[in-house]
Amino acid sequence: MNDWQAVIGLEIHVQLNTRSKLFSGASTAYGAEPNTQASWVDVALPGTLPVPNIEAIRKAVTFGLAVGADVAAESIFARKNYFYPDSPKGYQISQYERPIVAGGTILARLDDGREITVQLTRAHLEEDAGKSVHDAFHAASGIDLNRAGTALIEVVSEPVMHSSAEAVAYMKAVHRLVRWLDICDGNLQEGSFRCDANVSVHQPGTPFGTRCEIKNVNSFRFVEKAIDYEIERQIRAIENGERIVQETRLYDAAANKTRTMRSKEDAEDYRYFPDPDLPPIRVTATEFDALRATLPELPDARRSRYIDAHGLTAYDANKLTEERSTSDYFEAVANALPGHSKLVANWVNGELAAALNEAQSAITASRIGAPALAGLLARIVDGTISGKIAKDVFAAMWAGEQSADAIIDARGLRQISDSGAIGQMLDDVLAQFPEQVAKYRAGDAKLFQFLVGQAMKATKGKANPTQVNELLRERLGVTG
Amino acid sequence: MAIETAQLHRLAHLARLDLPAEEERLLADDLGGLLGLIAQLQNAPVAGLTPMAHPHDLSASLRPDRITEVDQSGALARIAPEMESGLFLVPKVIE
Amino acid sequence: MSALTLAAQRAALSAGRCSRDLTEEALARAASTASLNALISCDAEGARAAAIGDGPLSGIPFAHKDLFCTRGLRTTCASKMLAEFVPPYDATIVERLTSAGAVSIGKTNMDEFAMGSSNENSAFGPVLNPWDTTRVPGGSSGGSAAIVAANVVAFATGSDTGGSVRQPAAFCGVTGFKPSYGRVSRYGMVAYASSLDQAGVIARSAADCADVLQAMAGHDPRDATSVDRTVDDYRAALDRGVRGLRIGIARELFSAGVSDAMQTTVHRALHELEAAGAILVEIDLPSLPLSIPAYYVIAPAEASSNLARYDGVRYGRRAAAVKGLHDLYSRSRAEGFGTEVKRRILTGTYVLSSGYYDAYYLRAQQVRRLIANDFARAFATVDLIAGPTTPDVAFKLGEKTADPLAMYAADINTVAVNLAGLPAMSVPAGFIGGLPAGLQLIGQAFDEASLFAAGHALQSRTDWHLAMAPGAVR
Repeated sequence: MNDWQAVIGLEIHVQLNTRSKLFSGASTAYGAEPNTQASWVDVALPGTLPVPNIEAIRKAVTFGLAVGADVAAESIFARKNYFYPDSPKGYQISQYERPIVAGGTILARLDDGREITVQLTRAHLEEDAGKSVHDAFHAASGIDLNRAGTALIEVVSEPVMHSSAEAVAYMKAVHRLVRWLDICDGNLQEGSFRCDANVSVHQPGTPFGTRCEIKNVNSFRFVEKAIDYEIERQIRAIENGERIVQETRLYDAAANKTRTMRSKEDAEDYRYFPDPDLPPIRVTATEFDALRATLPELPDARRSRYIDAHGLTAYDANKLTEERSTSDYFEAVANALPGHSKLVANWVNGELAAALNEAQSAITASRIGAPALAGLLARIVDGTISGKIAKDVFAAMWAGEQSADAIIDARGLRQISDSGAIGQMLDDVLAQFPEQVAKYRAGDAKLFQFLVGQAMKATKGKANPTQVNELLRERLGVTG
Repeated sequence: MAIETAQLHRLAHLARLDLPAEEERLLADDLGGLLGLIAQLQNAPVAGLTPMAHPHDLSASLRPDRITEVDQSGALARIAPEMESGLFLVPKVIE
Repeated sequence: MSALTLAAQRAALSAGRCSRDLTEEALARAASTASLNALISCDAEGARAAAIGDGPLSGIPFAHKDLFCTRGLRTTCASKMLAEFVPPYDATIVERLTSAGAVSIGKTNMDEFAMGSSNENSAFGPVLNPWDTTRVPGGSSGGSAAIVAANVVAFATGSDTGGSVRQPAAFCGVTGFKPSYGRVSRYGMVAYASSLDQAGVIARSAADCADVLQAMAGHDPRDATSVDRTVDDYRAALDRGVRGLRIGIARELFSAGVSDAMQTTVHRALHELEAAGAILVEIDLPSLPLSIPAYYVIAPAEASSNLARYDGVRYGRRAAAVKGLHDLYSRSRAEGFGTEVKRRILTGTYVLSSGYYDAYYLRAQQVRRLIANDFARAFATVDLIAGPTTPDVAFKLGEKTADPLAMYAADINTVAVNLAGLPAMSVPAGFIGGLPAGLQLIGQAFDEASLFAAGHALQSRTDWHLAMAPGAVR
């Protein structure tokens, strides 16, 4: 069996979440009626001109700074000339020779814990095309230019990935980062985050093989499957003595195959040249510094800090840094309870995550805000209630029943920590279940938990479990 | 000296111009002549000169991120040669 | 009736004529000179219904080159491609001139998509020169120059990419002004070559051009190439005079292609400026001959891309019974564009093609730098540069249509100015065989004021600019 290596590079189109388009003041809101968000500029009426959106430039620079790239002090918009109905000017305004971002790296973590560093070739600004509707009319396609002109950055990786797992991990890392930086909403279903995969195979030590481009795959799962299929297809073809044709392919999710879209051998000559309507974009040192200062602590840095300074496990730290809002929430609660980060992490990743998931709510719209959760967890920390009781309180808070303290008082949930009272209660329990006590003393260790359970039941769960355990051991003469 | 027909053909394709044979021949001649004129650039003393895409070393003036445009679908429908259900129509494109 | 100047029109208004009268008279004059074919659309209805603003040009009738988008009024660019196109918006300069109170009576004829030097490339027929109707008025703003020379209106807007305001002004014996690149907004001016195009004005005098430019000029946030720089007070500059003004005379502008008669005529005009106190200084512009090949790479390149939007999908001409997308594009465009436009699109496509880009486009941009440097060096020692606007007087209709290269070569004195983005003006400088000859003055970037001062000084001591063409309304 031959030893094949796949070579994969991804081009990710990140739709920037600016309110208006890259070169026109039309809205970028998703879901509008066709051609209701298409201005004269977007429709390419004679005489119209592009004017760049300063916020789009800022977001592109922010991305560049976050990945440690070279951000150009002077970058140039270029025209990519081709005819297609979704591109009304007959050219797309993009960047060619001097993109705004060059280089940079992304750290990606695979599910098995392995980390890869992916180098970026570049990230450049460009305008999105409109949308074509092919099935609404009999012999025609319909063109909607609402999306035409929306700001994108195209993030191009070096071809340094070797498996679909690596590719997906990288794609997820970029996805997390652009959401973290608040430059893209990352909504794959709505097309805010789209991926093209370039795939080739070769035998290590030989030159790279011919690559095929799989266009516009819109979910992590489909990217994985499409790449797997494509690698398999190419290997099989080469082993059958066939030549790989350089071409663009589409992924057919229903059939789980890639198929030919158009052949790149017949490729258009894009005749790139600097857009004469757009003088160079210049970013001053002051502007760079300002943007650098507003960069948030990045997810990888936070993750490390959670592990090192907060003592969290990698698993917890990963979960907490999937989204910036989750991480911000965690920090707010953890800062209110220094030394108890693990407890906070358990609750944020546990009870809170479950409740948010069931309510289909974002953490920013959580019914229990960070201060409120901190208030609840503080009562566990100071022994007022047990962790178990806290869950009930949480549920009550989620249902809208005011603050943790109010609920604890109203329902009389204070933990019983008075050793005298607990001791008294335990004596009653032991008196109630002499058979079990005897069996325990005879060697049936499992019955210890039974007796604990009875003690908790007797106190309606309010007895401090640590003390119950301790005092019960004493009465039963358990050493150690 | 005219340019090659095949070359003119390729240019006409790139530019989406459907030229009848006679017009193609004339334009091939014209282009050949023009390229002869343009050839004068080859001896120009341009060593060390950066290309000039815009006069005056301009920087692009930028605009704030505000929605300034309204729904113009009505006006677009009035000037569109073929529009239906709010969509511009073109012959069916198969991808 | 003498030459129609802004002063004459304003005098009429002060004397009790009302703007409606002026409009009616202009419309009547347009009708009586219809054989010149200077107008593509005469908008009598719009002119009569116009709400006349209170600004500095209040009540003055004029015309727009049919390259500027006028809301609700057909804008054709003299092309079959846009023969029925009614823009839903106004160009910035259209808005500004309306705000200034001027009243447009219609859209002037031009070379198709501003590509041409004779106004013979119009889908609506050629324009005739009011000085001799067997001759061209020049192009591409031929209609605008003719309509002013015919005394129909006091001014008309034009566009200048390689001389398209200055050359027709010279051929028609009127004054034509091209501002510095970026001085006037290009928003709504249908693009030909984006880094070279500027809106300009054709009128009877430098003073009148100054007034109109004052209303047009200024930064526009809708045009990323328009400069954010205070507009000078051009009217105030008019009376500066030219004492001590250094005017550069470049041998290259009086080259072999320029007729002897033209050289003599222009030198005589320059002597007038000398007599007024200007100092003539010899300079050189050694790269000037390269400006033609450079222009005919850069302009078609930009045009080939700018005209890609004309595809029959969203507006404009759409071919009938198409057999697929490629057919829709290729036939709509083949039917919509005239030969000169096709020529330039193909040339532009060629010079941008993979494999040719470096040798042609990039090199032409380097030559552009070379030419700009020549001007910069010259302007270190002079304030203005002067020479003939054109090598000769207006040629006969049909004389150069079979030889596009000869047509292009005649632009030698004007295209360099656009490559460098400088302001320039053509003023009438005398007659050769009864036909107008033009003197071109070129200024430093954003020094329109010195041009107006010099033009006005010349026109204060001479009256060539007020001469009436035989075809003009008297």
